[in-house]
Amino acid sequence: MIKVLTSFIALIFLTLSVPAFAVNPDEILEDAELEARARVISADLRCLVCQNQSIDDSDADLARDLRVLVRNRLVEGDTNKQVIDYVVSRYGDFVLLKPSFSAKNLFLWIAPALFLLIGGLLAFVKLRNPDHEKVSSPLSSDEKDKLKQILDQ
Amino acid sequence: MSTELGHFALILALATAIMQSILPMVGAARSDTRLMNVAPMAAVTCFALVLLSFAALTQAYLTSDFSVLNVFENSHSLKPTLYKFTGVWGNHEGSMLLWILILAFFGALVAVFGNNLPPTLKANVIGVQGWILVAFLLFIIFTSNPFIRISPPPFEGQDLNPILQDIGLAIHPPLLYLGYVGFSISFSFAIAALIEGKIDAAWARWVRPWTLTAWMFLTAGISMGSYWAYYELGWGGWWFWDPVENASFMPWLLGTALLHSALVMEKREALKIWTVLLAIMAFSLSLLGTFLVRSGVLTSVHAFATDPTRGVFILMILCVFIGGALTLFALRASSLRAGGIFAPISREGALVLNNLFLTTATMTVFVGTLYPLFLEVISEEKISVGAPFFNLTFGPLMVPLLLAIPIGPLLSWKRGDLLGAMQRLYVAILGGFAVALIVIYVQTGAPILAAVGIGIGIYLIIGSMAELWMRAGLGRMAFSKSLGRLKGLPRSIYGTAMAHFGVGVTVIGIVAVSAFSSEDIVAMQPKDQIEAGGKTIIFEGIENAQGPNYQVQIGHFTIMEAGREIGKTTSEKRFYPARQMPTTEAGIVTYGASQLYVSLGDPQANGGLVVRIWYKSWVTFIWYGTVFMVLGAIISLSDRRLRVGAPAARKTKATAQQGASA
Repeated sequence: MIKVLTSFIALIFLTLSVPAFAVNPDEILEDAELEARARVISADLRCLVCQNQSIDDSDADLARDLRVLVRNRLVEGDTNKQVIDYVVSRYGDFVLLKPSFSAKNLFLWIAPALFLLIGGLLAFVKLRNPDHEKVSSPLSSDEKDKLKQILDQ
Repeated sequence: MSTELGHFALILALATAIMQSILPMVGAARSDTRLMNVAPMAAVTCFALVLLSFAALTQAYLTSDFSVLNVFENSHSLKPTLYKFTGVWGNHEGSMLLWILILAFFGALVAVFGNNLPPTLKANVIGVQGWILVAFLLFIIFTSNPFIRISPPPFEGQDLNPILQDIGLAIHPPLLYLGYVGFSISFSFAIAALIEGKIDAAWARWVRPWTLTAWMFLTAGISMGSYWAYYELGWGGWWFWDPVENASFMPWLLGTALLHSALVMEKREALKIWTVLLAIMAFSLSLLGTFLVRSGVLTSVHAFATDPTRGVFILMILCVFIGGALTLFALRASSLRAGGIFAPISREGALVLNNLFLTTATMTVFVGTLYPLFLEVISEEKISVGAPFFNLTFGPLMVPLLLAIPIGPLLSWKRGDLLGAMQRLYVAILGGFAVALIVIYVQTGAPILAAVGIGIGIYLIIGSMAELWMRAGLGRMAFSKSLGRLKGLPRSIYGTAMAHFGVGVTVIGIVAVSAFSSEDIVAMQPKDQIEAGGKTIIFEGIENAQGPNYQVQIGHFTIMEAGREIGKTTSEKRFYPARQMPTTEAGIVTYGASQLYVSLGDPQANGGLVVRIWYKSWVTFIWYGTVFMVLGAIISLSDRRLRVGAPAARKTKATAQQGASA
């Protein structure tokens, strides 16, 4: 595992910041519909040796291999899901730019809704029952001055 | 010699900052005017010293003094002078020095322009700025010192990362830092208010111009960075949801929320506790961004673990400041009195909605950015969270927010009339709807979502003007009278309208470029041609040339329309031998709001060349929109009521009350 990781890090450094050229003309499928599906799938798959690039955007050799792999599977008649499952079975969850809806990613996926719900509830409760202290908010210094003026008259 | 001078000035700056962080606050606690008066002097001196230090480093870069390790590692004698200069902050140490320079600059600004502040508040604010200065000066002196010498000095430097040798990236970091660090002022104001246990509408009025200034620079910085990525990285993307981008986007989102909640606080004395919390969190996220970018933790948790000194140091700063601030907040927040009451449907209510969605969006980006790190630390499992995740979660959160933008300013304070506001927006609503239908009709096969998106953009553009229209009473009275009223409106209303207008423009750009662009990837031989965006692009051939510090292949293209030549463009692939790195310079030609984008790929075996040609529909709207946002901020800042150093506390209070009753 450690060895894999170190070679992986080395790879990251080798490919870091190299400008990307993405899909090459010789990879493009004749069937426009299949090609369009390939592009959609590619946008969700990470180029494993790049920093936050999809295989669709990257010119790394590995990204190219993956693009070809995706297209080969499509030509053989796989559905989009089958292609993605196949790639994940080979490269692990790391390859997915859109993480799976699994137990370990549960919090990630529900976080936005959770925050919105909790925040909305808090705001609602606060608005319904404004703090009791403000009901009898004390006089400001200006008001006190004015009151004093009036009383002194 | 000047290098040692700079080094020494930096150490003196630390000594001054320590003084600045202690004496004024002791003075404020004891009501000792002499001690409090140390604050402005210390802040200005500290700025002068850091400036001297920065000038010394700049000189070392301009003269290519390779006996300074930092210059040797990041510069080259053949580098164009402009990039020698901007290279000062194109590396870790130099960029930290710039960070501190800007921090000291803001402290000095408060010292010079803060004469209208109550003396204790001013002393405390400058004191808290002093703490931040001390922390970062310690960081730079002990872990990232740019003034280390090497002996014997090498003959030639290792050059700056070629990707950074670009004017866009030269301007981007200073703008971004002005934004990041600008939020430190709001933070210091929040901490000072908590220490004093006193906070009122006047406080919000003092904080707002600083927040607006920081927000303006951050907007400009992010926009600049986005345009830079667009033309430099060579595949025409303008936003990647990269952790580094997210690091700057989070403070922007929360800063936007802060701008709006401070408005409620200023006008109605409500949302005090929340506003203070936002002020703390906005700067905390700036610190977090600095940590994420500077510690190397983003590249890999393991890269962080191999050389943790810097990362751990910033992490400590992060914990002390965020932890300390939140503890203070927890202890003192309850002593802050809440203010005016308002119904859910009201201007305040709309701004609460704005805050709810902006905060949720911030948290979404936060969780998405940090979740992979978190998971890796606790379970050794690696996952990726990329653009598809953010588009799916962040996108929907923006829709209600955008829809609410024009409505908010039309609701009155305390209790508003939603139906009335919607009725007044009928032009905007109808306009958006009509344009959406037109889009569907003209672009048959266009995704419905794209049509809806464009419709929302139009609705925002028209709707943003609704407040001006209403206030001027256009159509309800003589035109000349309306014009007079229009002239009399406070500038901040124009600023708001302009910024919201800009949001609409950006939305249209984003939707159009993702829905209507065309892309062609072809292998071309010289004299081959291809159609894109109604134009014919002819590949004229490739030429090899030599730049000052790089080799370059230049592809020449001629652009024809209706059989007539309308322009030429070149697209380059450069190679920088000093770093053994290639870069691309895409050929970009602007037509109206759209752009033709030509990028060179690899040579083919048969002598052809891979060329990628995009026609990016309305892409420039994305950045024009941000220009409107920045202009809006500038117009608001020029409002007399907000101008830094303008009316005294008493007077601002009076106008705030007027505003509330208006």
